[in-house]
Amino acid sequence: MQLDVLYFAWVRERIGVAKEQVSTTAVSVADLVKELSAREERYAVAFQDMSVVRVAVDQILVPLDAPIGGAKEVAFFPPMTGG
Amino acid sequence: MTISVQQDDFDLGFEVTTLTKNNIDIGAVVTFVGLVRDKTGGTLISMELEHYPGMTEQALAEIEQAATKRWSLNASRVIHRYGNLKTGEQIMMVATASPHRKDAFEAAEYLMDYLKTDAPFWKKEHFKDGADWVDSKAIDDAAKDRWTS
Repeated sequence: MQLDVLYFAWVRERIGVAKEQVSTTAVSVADLVKELSAREERYAVAFQDMSVVRVAVDQILVPLDAPIGGAKEVAFFPPMTGG
Repeated sequence: MTISVQQDDFDLGFEVTTLTKNNIDIGAVVTFVGLVRDKTGGTLISMELEHYPGMTEQALAEIEQAATKRWSLNASRVIHRYGNLKTGEQIMMVATASPHRKDAFEAAEYLMDYLKTDAPFWKKEHFKDGADWVDSKAIDDAAKDRWTS
């Protein structure tokens, strides 16, 4: 499956790109995190504490165990600090 | 119910005038404006606001719709800026218009509480000697949770 993966704020800085296309067999967000973390150190560093990372699938906030089947876009970012 | 995510500054007076124009049912308007604050006593240069285009607008629209369902609102307005903002600049505003003040006050607080935790914005503070991402606060989650308890 081909996915657009987006990163924001310090997650983006640690991974080094804002957006990339990822080829994956991951079924859930958690699988995708595992897969990416195994690929390269910079992902493992960004995802080492998932309690401070939020996830959106197709621009909707979801929990870490959410499925990604059929999704076009997955985004990783820190807790929001707007306002 | 109008939402803008923009780089440009805004004029609160103009926004309130526009919000209430031709609507004589409105008896109360509550506004909130967030500003770039220097907590360090002089070392903050600017604040960088990043957001998730597309999701931001969608999240703000959902928050506004939820407020409209819960309170009697004639109109509301949310503006949130992004980009590089200097100390003292306006970051965002919320305005709610209602027949009575209670609805306007509560809806404005609700919009702010949800916006802080559910709208995908991130702040990075640039100081004279470095930069840091602003951490989210547990107190903001608690403020949001009071609306569901």
